[in-house]
Parts: sequence; C-alpha cells; structure tokens
Amino acid sequence: MIQPCRLSLLICLCATILAPVLAGVICSPFALATIQENTPGKDAQSLQAFREVASVLTSPRCLNCHTSTDGPLQGDDNHPHAMNVKRGLDGKGSAALRCRACHQTENAKFLHGPPGAADWQLPPPNTPMAWKGLTIAEICRAVKDPAKNGNRSLPDLIPHMETSLVRWAWNPGPGRTVPPLSHEEFVSRLKEWIETGAACPE
Amino acid sequence: METTRFKVNDKPVELQIDPQTPLLWVLREQLGLTGTKFGCGMALCGACTVHVDGTAVRSCVTPVKAVAGRQVRTIEGLSTDRSHPIQRAWLQVQVPQCGYCQPGQMMSAAALLSVNSNPSDSDIDDAMAGNLCRCGTYARIRKAIHMAAEMTRSEK
Repeated sequence: MIQPCRLSLLICLCATILAPVLAGVICSPFALATIQENTPGKDAQSLQAFREVASVLTSPRCLNCHTSTDGPLQGDDNHPHAMNVKRGLDGKGSAALRCRACHQTENAKFLHGPPGAADWQLPPPNTPMAWKGLTIAEICRAVKDPAKNGNRSLPDLIPHMETSLVRWAWNPGPGRTVPPLSHEEFVSRLKEWIETGAACPE
Repeated sequence: METTRFKVNDKPVELQIDPQTPLLWVLREQLGLTGTKFGCGMALCGACTVHVDGTAVRSCVTPVKAVAGRQVRTIEGLSTDRSHPIQRAWLQVQVPQCGYCQPGQMMSAAALLSVNSNPSDSDIDDAMAGNLCRCGTYARIRKAIHMAAEMTRSEK
C-alpha cells in the first residue's frame, strides 16, 4: 500500500514530467509563445539575436542613411556626403539635387561611383529613423517604436529588410564593405528576435 | 545593342545602342547636342546636368536605358529663343566667366524654379550645391536665380 506522503510525491513527479509534454500538445502557439517570452532563456536568446541584428544596423551601409544629420553620410567612415547633399522634404533630396540626380537603379561600375538601387532615398524628415550615435539599447527601442520606425509593427519590419534598397547593402559596389552577416542570416536573426519576444538590452 | 526610344527636347529619338552607354555620350556624340558638357564623369561636378521628365540628373552616370520612354531636356531645349527666365537672367547678370559649367548650372537652376518660384538663399544653396564652378561665379549665379525667380513670379 502506498502511503499518503509517497502518493503526493508520485503525483508531483508525474506532474513535473508530464506538464511540459501536455503543454506542448494542448497549448496554443500563442500561449506557448507567451510562456517562452517570459522565460529567462528566451530573453537571452532574443537579446543575442538583436545583438547580431544590431551588428548589421550599425554597419556603414545602414548608418549612412539612418542618420540624424540633415543629409546623408557616405563611405565606411561615415563622412558627410559630398556636395552638402540634403535630406529634403521627402527624404529624396532637395529641389534640384534629388537623390536620383546621381543614384540610378544599379551601382555605377567604377570605383566610388554613385551606388544605386530602386527607390534610393533617406528616411523622411518627419520619421528620420536615425540611430547613428545611439547605443544598441536605444536602437532596439527605436526599432520597436512605431513613432520612430515609420509606423511599422514588428512583423512589418521584415518586408522593409527585403526591399531592394536594403538588399543593396550586400551588393554595394566597388570600394564599400558589406554588413557582417549575410542578408539571409540577418533576416533570420531579425525573425528570431521578434519571435522570441523582441527583448531589448537595458 | 538594343533599340532605345525616348524624346530629346520634344523630338522623338530612336537609337541602336548599348543600353549602358551614358546619356551624356548619346547626347553629344549621337545627337550632336554639345551644349551639355563632360566635366568629371563621376557625378561630382554637375557640368553634364540635363532634365529627365523635368528632374535634374547627371547625364554622365545615367545609362541611356534609364531614359527609355522618357523626355530628356538639354540646355538647347530650355527654350527655342533664349526666353526662359534663367537664360534672360543669366545674360542680364553676365554670370559666366569661362562658361564651361554654365549649361549644368542653368539646368539645375531651371529645375529649382520649376518647383520653387521664390527660393531663399538657403534653397538656392541646397539646390545648386552639386554644381561646381572653378571660376567662382557663385555670387552671380545666386543673383541670377533670384532675378529669374522674380521674372517667373511676375509673368505668371
């Protein structure tokens, strides 16, 4: 005969073993995700994913347009764009000096010639999406904030990263470095960050 | 070689040409429109500025395929009788010294006035920053743009 205290211990052991299994079988993905978001392990995974995302966001190819200055930067050293080029009212340059004046839909073939991609532009001045000079934690919060990210939800960030303008960073033409992750790895880490709760560093 | 069709100064053009050929060379060598100048060949000086569908572009880095089906306007097509306010103001102020960069300067200035008929000094600086003049005629360029803007406003 099993004594009451041993029965309690047996029930506790069974519950401990079976609960995660049952949770995996019967819980909705949303509920599971909620559980995962709140676990320290998932936070750590999310933070690590964002650190890798940030290594791309802080590369010269992104920072040169995601700047708080009145005009774009250029080069791997983020120096101000030659000829004092301005952001303009729509992020596409000033009245007679539009981005398109020089930037075509593809890179110029010669060294340091104007790079190009479809829809070449900076973020518009009302949502400059500037993270040049911010810490990684500040960039993280800015990327999540619709008021600072072009009114995008977290899932909306993915299509932006698939545009030809963002993809250009991995095909920048001669004389320019590429971000530290491949585009595929970058998007994968971004999705992982979002799916694991989009945690931001303190 | 590909067939490329577009308009230059309102006239239809059809060329059998490498689509990567810079528009500047097409204008100068195929079409004989030598008012547009070669300066740096790298979109750094503005001497080759023309309009494509009304927007100022650097023809030295614009492949001809990019203007297929579009309207290109060069300094020769700014007006048929030197009546464009920019042309009249340039003459009145006697802007040029050597003159080499002036077609590009004038095309950028015309593009500015087409969207802003009352530009401030700052607007002019922003719009014209990509057009270099080794003779240093910038003060006269600015004066002429203000004059042309006044003509544009008074003639509306």
